[in-house]
Amino acid sequence: MSKLYLARNPRVAARSLDGEMMIMSGRDSTLFTLNKTATILWQAADGATPLDKIVENRICPEFEVDPAEALQDAEALARDLASHEILQISEAPIPQTKPALANPATGEAR
Amino acid sequence: MPELTAEVERLSLVIEIGGMPVRINATDAGFLDLLQKRYSGFVGSSDCAEIEFNVELDQPKPVDPNVGVSVTHERGRWSLKRGDFRAEWEPASRRGWIRQSANPYSIDAVLRIVHTLVLARQGGFLLHSASAIRNGKAFLFAGVSGAGKTTISRLAPPGAILLTDEISYVRKHHSGYVAFGTPFTGELAKLGENLSAPIGALYLLDKGPENRIDPVPPGEAARSLLANLLFFAEDEELVQDAFHSAFEFVNRVPVSRLTFVPDSRVWELIR
Repeated sequence: MSKLYLARNPRVAARSLDGEMMIMSGRDSTLFTLNKTATILWQAADGATPLDKIVENRICPEFEVDPAEALQDAEALARDLASHEILQISEAPIPQTKPALANPATGEAR
Repeated sequence: MPELTAEVERLSLVIEIGGMPVRINATDAGFLDLLQKRYSGFVGSSDCAEIEFNVELDQPKPVDPNVGVSVTHERGRWSLKRGDFRAEWEPASRRGWIRQSANPYSIDAVLRIVHTLVLARQGGFLLHSASAIRNGKAFLFAGVSGAGKTTISRLAPPGAILLTDEISYVRKHHSGYVAFGTPFTGELAKLGENLSAPIGALYLLDKGPENRIDPVPPGEAARSLLANLLFFAEDEELVQDAFHSAFEFVNRVPVSRLTFVPDSRVWELIR
């Protein structure tokens, strides 16, 4: 199975408030509230860490789930987030075009 | 050789909302009289308008009510379009033009849009909410149509100063947020007072069997604020500015749910 890399779409605005991650599409102003797993993917989406590592290091310890099943679910979720233009996904590392705009600690972007 | 063209006399009027003077130039004195009456209380005398529009009047034409407003930005120029008007505005030169028929509604829409564009860059916004000053503080009452903005405005006690029953004007200042009165009216059809005060609280309106105030989780507060923002621009950068402005606001201003029965005692809770 090939690796999948995730990056935050720089064309969205993101804020974490009281544990809730909210994302707004700059294109059509749609507002999304991410669940816990989607928030983990968003925060870890640095363009360089493959999805299987994110699942292994961030999702499995958090939810105590079977790694293979978790990877499958995480990939489906990542593709869903990509379909809403929240994340970018690729089978190769994704160079970050606007790294200064994102706070890696919170995942907040502007 | 005789002059082939004559200088057309331009008349002008300054409409000052939220402390921002906008000069309107037109050649039709009757149209400016119309605006003078429409914006009574908001007509200023400033010599240094922040924005200047030349209005070109044309004949009224049938308008498709299904055509929405379009606000786009290209090469430093905003383009505003709706069935009943077209306008352009260049922030760098502070100048623009409006083409519409002689009615007060088209220019009202242009002013609302231009104010949202200016405010978005400054951390402020226009909000679907009534607002009033009481005991030196401004209180905002937000909600969709039917939530009770007009009702709560109508129930305001004599000591409360109504800023608007429909669209609140919020500016970010160093010390916090300030609400200004607006001439943008709702069902009450009564212009707000042209005054301002620091914002004490934002209430999300809900009608119910009793008057009470409940806390609102921060995420819900931000979502509700965003849902009630007036925003027209199809511009990614400005959308992001507006998004972050909403979060800054809920981080600094108390947001609660105000459930009320249509009865003036609700104002006993607003202090």
